[in-house]
Amino acid sequence: MIELQGISKSFKVAKRSPGIGQAFKALFAREHTIVHALRDVSFSIGEGEIVGYIGPNGAGKSTSIKVMSGILVPDEGSCRIMGHTPWRDRTEYVRSIGVVFGQRSQLWWDVPVLDSFELLKDIYRIREADYRSNLAMLTETLDLEPILQVPVRQLSLGQRMRCEIAASLLHGPRILFLDEPTIGLDAVSKLAVRKFIRTLNEEKGVTVILTTHDMSDIEALAGRILMIGKGTLLYDGTIEKLRSRFGTERKITVDHEPSEKAPEVPGATLLSWTGERTVLSVDTERNRMADVLSRLTGQIELIDVSVEAKPVDEMIVELYREHRI
Amino acid sequence: MSGFRLYFSYLSMLFRSQMQYRASFLLLTAGQFFIPFAVFASLYFLFERFGQLQGWSFYEVALIFAVIHLAFSIAECFARGFDMFSSLVVSGDFDRLLVRPRSTIVQVLGSQFEFTRFGRLLQGAIVLAVALINLPIAWNAAKIATLVLMIACGVCIFAGIFVLFATMCFWTVQGLEVANVFTDGGREMAQYPLDIYKRWVTVFFTFVIPFGCVNYLPMLFLLDRADGPAAAYMAMPLAGVLFLVPCVLVWRLGVRHYRSTGS
Repeated sequence: MIELQGISKSFKVAKRSPGIGQAFKALFAREHTIVHALRDVSFSIGEGEIVGYIGPNGAGKSTSIKVMSGILVPDEGSCRIMGHTPWRDRTEYVRSIGVVFGQRSQLWWDVPVLDSFELLKDIYRIREADYRSNLAMLTETLDLEPILQVPVRQLSLGQRMRCEIAASLLHGPRILFLDEPTIGLDAVSKLAVRKFIRTLNEEKGVTVILTTHDMSDIEALAGRILMIGKGTLLYDGTIEKLRSRFGTERKITVDHEPSEKAPEVPGATLLSWTGERTVLSVDTERNRMADVLSRLTGQIELIDVSVEAKPVDEMIVELYREHRI
Repeated sequence: MSGFRLYFSYLSMLFRSQMQYRASFLLLTAGQFFIPFAVFASLYFLFERFGQLQGWSFYEVALIFAVIHLAFSIAECFARGFDMFSSLVVSGDFDRLLVRPRSTIVQVLGSQFEFTRFGRLLQGAIVLAVALINLPIAWNAAKIATLVLMIACGVCIFAGIFVLFATMCFWTVQGLEVANVFTDGGREMAQYPLDIYKRWVTVFFTFVIPFGCVNYLPMLFLLDRADGPAAAYMAMPLAGVLFLVPCVLVWRLGVRHYRSTGS
């Protein structure tokens, strides 16, 4: 469905030096530095996938989204999406994609949400019947009924984001690009947005590509992660695979009856001990969890035990570190 | 022409937005009505003092004044999106236009509409009416058509200048005040008959930015002062439409540049 082959893109960025003298000089002779936003990026995404696109700020995420949505023309490489080259037949291609920029609104600020939807209907030339049925579906699943008549400027961020997503789907796109859809949302809205994206993907088969800094988004939604750093694709695979690579360690927190000394468990590293609480770290690749627990019970009187996997965030940081970005 | 239909959908949306701020709308419109009055008053007192301007009577100059001011205010209403284009680029909202399946020109036109310029428009219309009542013009269909053409093509010229300078935003977002030299400056120059100026000014405003073609030259025809074929003078204003062509081409170039640099 989406096929990127050796995409490269570099920008010329004007160097800005401080000081009025420098600013004056820059009027005549600008110094430029070349920034390689994307270097030889290739991947393919199948129909109906949800892909999380991650990477630190400035890694090239939004550049690749711009290339895939037909805004930017890359220097090199080819990109085929649903039979189109995005930047070549822009107006034809963008009919079949939806784009949500989390930081920017596409709704008209001073008028009711429904008015914005009506204008989008004209912009996309959506047929009346399709518009009605899409709107009905979106209104129900995103729970928009009570806010359709409210001017956008009066909506909360969470309400607005639901409307933004609906606005990007009115024309029934096959692919949805979400650029930081959960940024700044409260927990309830975040969950609602995630749930909707999952439903959309499962029931309508819409392919979703989302960028985010919130790893819990990725964990909740994306089966597959594409990680980009310094313009190169660094990782392409599932979360499980990532976990088996970096996440074999488990943190065990044990509450117990007061003990005289910290328990000694071979195979586990003691992280802390306060007399009533012991925290251990275990590498599950080398030690069985059952052995560790049974050794623990031999030494102390257990009250409560909790086992945590390493958060995805930390795995990502390790991945970044591995690639020195 | 579904582009036009879409443009009117945009307009109705912008009008509804504007009506959310009714008081400010009315005040601004009234302000716009009075601003050019000062200019017109100075014109009036000039004639009061000197009687005429190189053989031009007060009402003849008023006609020229009215045509250019009407054209300017209409252009400011409709092409405001281009006039304010830098904000669209700076905020990144231009990307949004690119992911929609419509021409960028219609979408930029539809992004803004300056309804408050109706005040200025009204004032131009009043000056035009006063001039026409007092000028001894033998009206016929051809002359009415010419007058309409003068205003319409004047709008094209101002719109073209807005488009040109909007295009510059793709390269630099600063220092676009230069545009005012051509819009405001051009308007100030072209509100007098062009033959009062030095030769190079006349040439510039006839062949480069053809303001002279939409008011001075066809007005000679309206006043039966033209020497030469009438049709040539009547068709002069079309130079304004012609002026739009390179502007649109440059715009396309600008959009292409934007899409390859993303800045």
